[in-house]
This record gives sequence, structure tokens and C-alpha cells, in this order.
Amino acid sequence: MRKPLNRPFPKDWFLRTPGYRLFMLREVTSIFIACYLIFVLVWLRRLGQGPEAFEALQASLRSPPAVLLHLLALAGAAWHSITWFNATPKIMNVRKGEEPLPDSLVAIATGYAPWAVVSVIILWGVLA
Amino acid sequence: MPEEKVTLDVFRYRPDDGAEPVFERFEAPYDEHWVVLDALNWVKDNVDGSLSFRWSCRMGVCGSCGMMVNGEAMLTCAAFLRDYLGAPIRIEPLANFPVERDLIVSLDGFMDKLKSVEPWIIRKDETPPKREYLQTPAEHARYKQFSMCINCMLCYAACPEIAGEPHFLGPAAIALAHRYNLDTRDQGADRRLAVLGSDEGLWDCTFVGECSKVCPKHVDPAAAIQQAKVETTKDWYKQFLLPRAKA
Repeated sequence: MRKPLNRPFPKDWFLRTPGYRLFMLREVTSIFIACYLIFVLVWLRRLGQGPEAFEALQASLRSPPAVLLHLLALAGAAWHSITWFNATPKIMNVRKGEEPLPDSLVAIATGYAPWAVVSVIILWGVLA
Repeated sequence: MPEEKVTLDVFRYRPDDGAEPVFERFEAPYDEHWVVLDALNWVKDNVDGSLSFRWSCRMGVCGSCGMMVNGEAMLTCAAFLRDYLGAPIRIEPLANFPVERDLIVSLDGFMDKLKSVEPWIIRKDETPPKREYLQTPAEHARYKQFSMCINCMLCYAACPEIAGEPHFLGPAAIALAHRYNLDTRDQGADRRLAVLGSDEGLWDCTFVGECSKVCPKHVDPAAAIQQAKVETTKDWYKQFLLPRAKA
């Protein structure tokens, strides 16, 4: 007699293995990026409202909680970006003849190197 | 002092006696060369002949003996007892599959998914060729990794998306579809891409990546799925931009 049993998948599955936890960390850190985009929109709106509104926002950004939030957002965004840079070689599957190009080479060429170049350009723009 | 016995906590489900599933504790002799499957076979031969599980080759080729060992999807013929010393070993049927009896799961859904992607070489002209289809080593290398799948279904047991979306095609079926799409002898990519791009296709995958970690043959189905996503997207744009173009 067949009576197949369907077993429930644990609700806390994402805490159960290191791989699941890392996956959730990758997904959750995308929230930092979404929040920061909303912040940039607010920043632009204040900029459009005139010098006084913009200066008030800039002053509030120098408070310790604001600095801490920005550092957290930077760490979250960096982690999120790095996980996708490291995943890119799997997705692209670049080959030279029979052999695939080394993952590290593909990750550097498609992710880390452009990231470094853009960062240097932004840093140069901020410091200039 | 060397270990003399191992303790196994084995999932038991016997649908004909109407009882709820339970974990039953067994003790088996310890041998550093034994795997979990050896211990299960010892229990079946010496303690309880009704204990039910699948196995065949005992050397990681047939893909029959997949189970959850301490919560991880494993081929029990590759799970050495020496790696689990010090605590009882918890043995359960593969997660995300209906359980038929004890450690045996139902294959029906998986076989239907596998069949739906037509994992064989499709030719538009079915008449047999006069000679074999030639393929260079570089062309063969493109899909070789994905052709190593032994249908052990460990990747389905490790995939949280399957748990939430039981109709999702899943890692092995998509990896095999991608394997044939990459094969230069095949002409059926348009048929498979239609299945892969459907609601039950590859877009349920969120790239957790555990399927690749548990794969005993290093097929890397997660990579196959992401590459197939790229192909499906290219195919969609091609149809959108050139609706009258033939595949």
C-alpha cells in the first residue's frame, strides 16, 4: 500500500547550514543597497530645495549615528558586491580551448578591476 | 581506545501499520573502512530485516543510496563512519521528497521533471546519419562536467527552493537540459529553453548554491542553472526583436 509521507521543511532552514546562512547574508545585505538608494533620492531632493535644506542634511550626516549607519551600509554593500563578483565566473563560463579560464581571473576582470577603477575615479573627484 | 560500535538514529516510516514516523536507535559494529551504508546493511542483516533503503553499486556510481546524514544530503556509500564519531548518526530519507517507507523516497516527481527537459540528443531530421557526428575536444569539454550527473537527487534535497516550490524543475533536470543545449550534436535547444523559461522553470532558482556543494560528481548544477538563465534571456530577446526568425 502506497501512502507517501510529505515531511515539512523546517521554517528556520536558512539557519541550518553555513551555506544557507551565507546565502541569506548575501540576500539581506541587498537591503543596505536599497536603503542607500532611497537615501540618495532624499539627498537629491534636499539639494533641489536650496542651500539651507541641503546644509541641514549635510550637518545631520556628521552625527555619530549617521556615520555608523553609513559604515554599516558600506560593509553590507561591499559584502553583497563581493559575493556576486565571486559568483560571476560560474555564470560566465569563459573558456580558452578546452580549459575554462581561472575563476579568479574572470572575477578580477569583470568585477574587482572595474570596481577599483570606479572607486579611484570617485576618490579623485572627492579629493580634487 | 578505538571505537567498537556506532549508534544510528534511523528514520522509520511504515505506512501499512498506520503509525507516525519515528526515529529508531540501532547499534552497529564500527570499522574505520565502513560507510553509513555498510552499517545500515549490517542492521538489516542482523537486527531488523524490515529496514528499507535503496542501494546498488556501493561506489558512488549508481546514485541510489542518497540520504540525509546528520542533516546533510549524502551518498551513504561515501559517508565514512570515521567522520561521524562521538555522537549518534542521524539518518533520514532525502529531504524535499515524499517518503514511501523508512529511507526510501518517491522518484515520480523527479522522473517527470527529468523527462520534461528531454535529456537526450534531439535532431530535426530523425533519419540516422551515414556517419557519426564529429565533435572536437573543445566542444566536448563545454558540456562534459554537466554530463557527469548520476541522478542521485542530493541536489534536490539540498535546495530550499524545491521545498517552497515543489513544481520547480530543480538542479539536476536543468543541468541536464543545459548539458544537451551545449552539445553541438543537438538541435533541440529551442524546445528545452521553452520548458526552462516557463513558470516552473529556472527562474525559481535564487542561486543558493547548496546543490553544487552536495553534488558527489562535481557537476555544479548551480552554475548550469545560471548559465541557462543567460541563454533563456538571450532567447527571449531574440524572439522579442526578431519574432519571425526561425530558431
